[in-house]
Amino acid sequence: MSVTEAPPAPPAEPEEPRKLTLRKPSTRKRLVPYWLLLPGILWLVVFFALPLVYQASTSVQTGSLEQGFEVTWHFQTYVDALREYYPQFIRSLLYAGTATILCLLLGYPLAYLIAFKAGRWRNLVLVLVIAPFFTSFLIRTLAWKTILADGGAVVDVLNTLHVLDVTSWLGWTESNRVLATPMAVVCGLTYNFLPFMILPLYTSLERIDGRLHEAAGDLYATPATTFRKVTFPLSMPGVVSGTLLTFIPASGDYVNAELLGSTDTKMVGSVIQSQFLRVLDYPTAAALSFILMAIVLLMVTFYIRRSGTEDLV
Amino acid sequence: MSVLRWIRRNLIVIAGLLTLAYMILPNIVVMVFSFNKPKGRFNYAWQQFSLDAWEDPCGVADLCGSLSLSLQIAFWATLGATALGTMIAFALVRYRFRARGAINSLIFLPMAMPEVVMAASLLTLFLNMGAELGFWTVLIAHIMFCLSFVVTAVKARVMSMDPRLEEAARDLYAGPVQTFVRVTLPIAAPGIAAGALLAFALSFDDFIITNFNAGSTVTFPMFVWGSAQRGTPVQINVIGTAMFVIAVLMVLVGQLIASRRKSNARN
Amino acid sequence: MTQQQQTAGGDVRLAGISKTYGSFTAVHPLDLTVPQGSFFALLGASGCGKTTTLRMIAGLEEATTGTVFLGDKDITDLPPYKRPVNTVFQSYALFPHLDITENVAFGLRRRGIKSVKKQVDDMLELVQLGDFARRKPHQLSGGQQQRVAVARALINHPQVLLLDEPLGALDLKLRRQMQLELKRIQTEVGITFVHVTHDQEEAMTMADTVAVMNGGRVEQLGAPADLYENPRTTFVANFLGTSNLIGGEIVSTGENLVVAAGGGKLALPRERCSASSTAAGGRLLLGIRPEKISLAHADDADDIPAGRNRVTGRITDSSFIGVSTQYVVESPAGTALQVYEQNIERDTRLVPGAEVVLHWNPAHTFGLDAAQDIDAGATSVEDAE
Repeated sequence: MSVTEAPPAPPAEPEEPRKLTLRKPSTRKRLVPYWLLLPGILWLVVFFALPLVYQASTSVQTGSLEQGFEVTWHFQTYVDALREYYPQFIRSLLYAGTATILCLLLGYPLAYLIAFKAGRWRNLVLVLVIAPFFTSFLIRTLAWKTILADGGAVVDVLNTLHVLDVTSWLGWTESNRVLATPMAVVCGLTYNFLPFMILPLYTSLERIDGRLHEAAGDLYATPATTFRKVTFPLSMPGVVSGTLLTFIPASGDYVNAELLGSTDTKMVGSVIQSQFLRVLDYPTAAALSFILMAIVLLMVTFYIRRSGTEDLV
Repeated sequence: MSVLRWIRRNLIVIAGLLTLAYMILPNIVVMVFSFNKPKGRFNYAWQQFSLDAWEDPCGVADLCGSLSLSLQIAFWATLGATALGTMIAFALVRYRFRARGAINSLIFLPMAMPEVVMAASLLTLFLNMGAELGFWTVLIAHIMFCLSFVVTAVKARVMSMDPRLEEAARDLYAGPVQTFVRVTLPIAAPGIAAGALLAFALSFDDFIITNFNAGSTVTFPMFVWGSAQRGTPVQINVIGTAMFVIAVLMVLVGQLIASRRKSNARN
Repeated sequence: MTQQQQTAGGDVRLAGISKTYGSFTAVHPLDLTVPQGSFFALLGASGCGKTTTLRMIAGLEEATTGTVFLGDKDITDLPPYKRPVNTVFQSYALFPHLDITENVAFGLRRRGIKSVKKQVDDMLELVQLGDFARRKPHQLSGGQQQRVAVARALINHPQVLLLDEPLGALDLKLRRQMQLELKRIQTEVGITFVHVTHDQEEAMTMADTVAVMNGGRVEQLGAPADLYENPRTTFVANFLGTSNLIGGEIVSTGENLVVAAGGGKLALPRERCSASSTAAGGRLLLGIRPEKISLAHADDADDIPAGRNRVTGRITDSSFIGVSTQYVVESPAGTALQVYEQNIERDTRLVPGAEVVLHWNPAHTFGLDAAQDIDAGATSVEDAE
C-alpha cells in the first residue's frame, strides 16, 4: 500500500502544483428539476395566476356587455361594491368564523376519540368520518332540509325545550322555524366542513407519543392540566391547518346559504355568482371577488404568523 | 351519583360520538328517503315506502348522462393532476433549484383561496380568450385545483423516502429508468394513490368552479343543484346511497385483503 | 512516503481525487491505493470526508477533480450501475417493498440473469439467513438486516465491496459479533473491502490497513499496530487510543534525543521522532501510551532501574475497571497524565493524593512536531458516537 498524500505537517500545504481538471456536473442533469416542474407550474401560471391578473384588470374596467369593456382604472367600482354589499361580506366572515369555531369544538373530541380511545374501532370510525364524502355534498346538504323541516322532529324538540325562544331572541332563528335562518346556514357550513377539521386534527394528535400523557401524570398534572399543557399545544399544527381548511372554503361558499337560507342570509359568494352568471356585471363581480381574496389572504397570513406555524405547505 | 361520574369520565367519548352522529345523520336521511314516494316534486317529506326509484335509477331525464360526464371528467382530471403533481413533488423534494419559494407559494395559494374567487377569475380568462365553455374548460379547471392537493400528498410520501434506497438501486446495476420503475415508484405509490383518490373525490364532487365554467354542460353536482330549484327526484338519493355503499364496501374489502395478507406474511 | 508498489490487476487507485461543495472542500486532492484483496478501513470523525471518498469510489458522488482507477481502468465517469463495485449502505437501505430473496436477487436481475434461485439460496446460506427468504425487511432484526445488506452486495461478485458504517446501528455486543463475521466473509470470498467507520477499535480489529482521515485529508496510513505505536501527528495519537503528550525542548541529539520537560530530562529514540527538525534547542512533543507507564510510590523511587524515563507527580483520581486500574496524575510535565496499571499486585498506597513517580522505557516514547494542536482528535470519538 502506498500513500502520497502530503503529510499533514503543521506548516500548511506547500504541495507540488497538480494538474487538476475540474469536472462540471452535466447541463442535462441540472435541467432535470426544471423539466419536472415545467408542465405543472405552467398549468398553474396559465390557469391560476394569469386569471387573477385578468380579473384584476376586469375589476377596473367600465362598459357594458353590448359595447364591450375597457380598462379605465375605475376604482370607484370597489367603493361601490363594498358600499352595496358590505352586509354580505360581514355575514360571510361571521358565518364562516362561527362555523369554524363550531367545527373545532365538535371535531376535537372526535379526533381525540379516534386517536386515543377508539382502540380496535379506530379504522371503522375513520371510515365513517370519510365515507359521507362519497355521497355528493349537495345531496347531503339537501338532506338538512328534511332534518330541519318546519314541524319536523328537530324543530319540535328545540321548541319544547324553549331553545328556539332564546335563539330567535338572538336573531339566529325564527320563533318556530330553523330552516331559512342563519342557524340553518351555519349548521350546514359546520356539517360540510367538519371532516376538513377532523382529519388534520387526528393526524397531529395521532403523532403524539402516548407516554407523554403518562409522563405528565407522573409529574403531578391532572388530566385537565395534561390536556392544556401537553396535548393541546402539541396538536397546534392540526388546529391551525384544520381551521384554515374550514374557514377559507366556508368564507366563499354560497351553496349552504342558497339551499338552507333565505334572501336575508345571502353570503358574498352568492353575490359574486349572480353578478357573474346572471347580472353579467363583470367589473363589480371581479371587484367583489378581489376584495374577498384580499380579506381571506390577509386573515390567513396574520393567523399563520400569530400561531407560528409557517411551514404548512 | 355514579351515573354523573360515568358521564364525566367518558365525556370525550360521548362528545365524539355525538359529533359522529351529526356527521352521519344526513347520510341516513338520504338513504331512507331513497325509498320514499313523494307527493309533489320535492323529496323532503316522508310519504310511503317504495322501490320505484331503485328499480329505475336512470328514470329521470339527463340524470345518468350527467353522472357519466362527471365520472369522465373526474377520471381525466385525476390522471392529469396526478401526473403533473407527482412530477412537481419529486422536483421539490429531490432537487435544488432557483425560485423554490415562489413555486411553493404558487402551489399553496390555490388551496388558500376561496373557490368562488378561482372560479370567477378563471371564467374571466375564458371569456377574454373567447373559449367555448364546456367539457374542456371544466377539465382544465379541475386539473388546476386538484394539482396542489396531489403535490401535497405525494410530497409527504417522497420526503419520508430514504434517498439511499435509490442509491442502492443504482449501485446494484439499475439504470435511471429501472431505478424509477423498480424502486422509486413502488415506494412512492401509496402517496401517489392517496393524491389520486383525493383528486378524484374533489373533482367528482366539485360544484362552484364547475358551475362557473361549464357553460351549458351539466355535471352531476350541477344536476342536483338544478333539481333543488325545480324538484328533487328520488333517483338522486338512490345514486347518493349507492355511491356511499360502494365506497364503504370497497374500503372494507381492502381492509380484509390487507389483514389477510398480513396474517399470511406472518406464517 | 513514495509510490513503491506496482499497481496490481484489481487495485483501487485514487489519483488526485477531491470533492468541493460550493466553497466547502469535503475532500482535499487525495492519492490512495487499496491493494486487491485487502481489508481497508477509512477511519475518522463525522465530517472528515471518509464517506464522501467512499461514495466517489461507488460513483454516487461525482469527483470534482481527479481520477478513480479500478485496476488499469479509469472508472471516474462511469455511473454507479456500470461499476463492478457494490456498497453496503449505512442503515442498510433494504428495499421495503421487496422480500429478502428479491432484495438479494435485485442486482442479478438488473443484469438480466434469469435463474437466480441457486445463487440467492447459496448467498443466504453464507450469511445464515436461509429461513428468512420470504420475509420483508421490516420483519428482521437489525443484525439480520445487516447481513441481508451484505448478501445483496456480495452476490454480484463485485471487485470491491464498500461498507459505509455498516455496524453503526447495532448495539455493542452484536457489533463485536458482526466484526468477526465480516472478517470471516472477507477471508472466504477474497474480495477487496473498503470500510468506513468512526470507531477506532472496529477499524483496528478488522482492517489490514487503516487510513486515518481528518478535515478532508488522510493524516496517516498504515497497519493498525504501526499506527498505534508510531503516530505521526497529535490527531492520530489522540484519536487512536489515548496518548500522554508532554512538551519539551531538545537539549542533546545523538542516537537518542534528550528533551528537557517538566524539570527533568526524558529520552527517546531518534528514529521514533517524526518532527521536521530535531536540532538542539528545538521544541518537541513527547508521546507515551498510558499502558506503557509504570507507577511507583515516591518512597520506592530508589528502586527504579537506571536508564528509564521518570516523571514525578501526584495521583488526583483513580478508577478500578477490573483488568486494570486507571490513574490520573498531576505533574509538572503535564496536567492529567493517564496511567493504566494491570491489576496484578496492587499497591494499596496508590490512592488519590499519593506522591508517585512515573517511569517507562525510553524506547516506548515517540516524538511529534510541537507546532500542532496538542488536543487534536482527543474528543472526536465522543463527538462521533
